[in-house]
Amino acid sequence: MKILVCISHVPDTTSKINFTEGDTKFDTNGVQFVINPNDEFGLTRAMWFKEKQGATVHVINVGGPETEPTLRKALAIGADEAIRINTPATDGFSVAKQLANIAKEGGYNLIIGGRESIDYNGGMVPGMLAKLIGANFVNTCIGLEVEGDNATAIREIDGGKETLKTSLPLVIGCQKGLVEESDLRIPNMRGIMQARTKPLNVKEAIDANSETNTVSFEKPAPKGPVKLVDSVDELVNLLHNEAKVI
Amino acid sequence: MSVLVYTESEEGKFKKIALEAVAYAKGIADQLDTQVTAVCINATDTSELGKYGASKVLKITNDKLSKFNGEAYADAIGQAAKNEDAKVIVLTSSANSKFLAPTLAVNLEAGFVPNVVALPESTSPFKVKHSVFTNKAFATTEFKTDIKIIGLGKNSYGLKENETSASTEDFSPNLDAHDFDMEIVSVDKATDTVTIADAEIVVSAGRGMKGPENWGMIEDLAETLGAATACSKPVSDMGWRPHSEHVGQTGKPVASNLYIAIGISGAIQHLAGINASKVKVVINNDPEAPFFKAADYGIVGDAFEIVPQLTEKLKEFKAQNA
Ligand SMILES: Cc1cc2nc3c(=O)[nH]c(=O)nc-3n(C[C@H](O)[C@H](O)[C@H](O)COP(=O)(O)OP(=O)(O)OC[C@H]3O[C@@H](n4cnc5c(N)ncnc54)[C@H](O)[C@@H]3O)c2cc1C
Ligand SMILES: Nc1ncnc2c1ncn2[C@@H]1O[C@H](COP(=O)(O)O)[C@@H](O)[C@H]1O
Repeated sequence: MKILVCISHVPDTTSKINFTEGDTKFDTNGVQFVINPNDEFGLTRAMWFKEKQGATVHVINVGGPETEPTLRKALAIGADEAIRINTPATDGFSVAKQLANIAKEGGYNLIIGGRESIDYNGGMVPGMLAKLIGANFVNTCIGLEVEGDNATAIREIDGGKETLKTSLPLVIGCQKGLVEESDLRIPNMRGIMQARTKPLNVKEAIDANSETNTVSFEKPAPKGPVKLVDSVDELVNLLHNEAKVI
Repeated sequence: MSVLVYTESEEGKFKKIALEAVAYAKGIADQLDTQVTAVCINATDTSELGKYGASKVLKITNDKLSKFNGEAYADAIGQAAKNEDAKVIVLTSSANSKFLAPTLAVNLEAGFVPNVVALPESTSPFKVKHSVFTNKAFATTEFKTDIKIIGLGKNSYGLKENETSASTEDFSPNLDAHDFDMEIVSVDKATDTVTIADAEIVVSAGRGMKGPENWGMIEDLAETLGAATACSKPVSDMGWRPHSEHVGQTGKPVASNLYIAIGISGAIQHLAGINASKVKVVINNDPEAPFFKAADYGIVGDAFEIVPQLTEKLKEFKAQNA
């Protein structure tokens, strides 16, 4: 099995979110970037397929040279090869078109992406990619087994889960639950050393228009101070008469 | 040309978010000087849709679509859009809408913007505001495509009524075999509990509860309020509660009217996922807990005393206001 794991390079969850250039760009000053948490679950599952079923695992990112440390981290965790498509990720649709091109060329039969990236929260790249390459698609995936060309996936739905039978080629949008939190790997020294010599191939982008264009950002208005109350009577009263939520 | 809205139903009945989406679609239709067409799949009674502003309902009835299927649903909605020459399509932020939206976008070569929080700022160019960075910020994004797909964020528009006389037509999309490449083997769903996605009120608890054996009082409070239960990440990591209850940046997003956080410190990753809730109440015995800075109301005190008191008080309140 040939697996491609799509890696989105995102600000660490503790980052302060600020904007520059007249609120048109995300301010990367002092921001630490990491593998998107949902993609990390996916990469961990891919390592399981590699170790238990002999799969090869490639990781891919659409972005500028600044994303390479994130790809190296994925290599240190155990991916065999990394690919960077050298173009800024402008919107979900254009990223999906870039990925589709490599996915077809490389003959991958399982493509793993995250349910959403925690920066732009698009939740669209894997679904678009699946449609563009004519593969099956399972979103909010929290369980995956593959045998030959057959796959069984578990997907989270509002209020529960469902089990699906499908076949490769398959794209999933995965999230927490796909692997146990305790299975996540922190790269060790050996992994980091090996990652230095593993291939990180930079490919030129194809022509792919973006469908949307973000023109500006803003932060939510600051909140007023909390109203501290001493009794549950007072709380119930405020929730009913002031906040009008009960 | 019209604005098309996909109105989701469950066991034949429309979800509240579907009605909110109709109201929102009507808002856009007014801006564009056109009308709203709703498309629904296996809904029983469509009369409700007119109340929120739909002028026309395309009713799809098909046994093969009795279970959600992203590919087939996207195909059906796409055909409805073509039928209506719709240039704007409104979806919600449910798990199913989020599943089918990217497929629909590729089918129609349309741009897609999810988590939209308000009516378009302008319709030419067509610009919408949506939440990004897990509710830590908003972005304004312009569509460059002829057809535009909007994923409306939960609880961001409201159930505005707008009585319109709606006509209903049966609609039969042409579905092909590829639409059914996936087979649902089993569905495992609790039918008697409120889900976090649908809930108006969410009662959430953290490590301050000390252990899973103490969740009885949390469930009692939730039941009294008709609320869904949720938890912080460590609580689900330790197996005190199921993963499906984990809320926050890496868990489920919450956009309820009321969010009650009990024994949760208010870490940035937790807050990111629940920021979109309208009113936040915090119960914590540490007055320095960061959550108080993000809350609307708070009680500093021991959850083990306050939660049962609150449940009792709410029961009294309900009895009086019944
Ligand atoms: C990459 C990453 C992603 C993450 N994603 C998420 C996420 O999505 N969601 C999430 O929740 N967390 C997330 N976290 C974890 C987050 O940083 C915090 O560790 C977590 O939210 C803390 O959970 P808690 O508030 O339940 O526990 P604690 O931080 O241990 O807080 C317990 C609170 O209970 C209070 N307390 C104790 N006893 C009582 C009592 N008797 N009565 C009342 N109050 C009491 C304490 O004062 C304290 O404030 C993430 C972390 C990382 C690194
Ligand atoms: N620039 C990118 N390069 C590679 N994969 C990406 C990129 N952006 C998004 N993805 C993948 O698509 C998933 C969903 O992203 P999004 O649609 O942006 O929320 C992520 O979890 C990644 O797996």
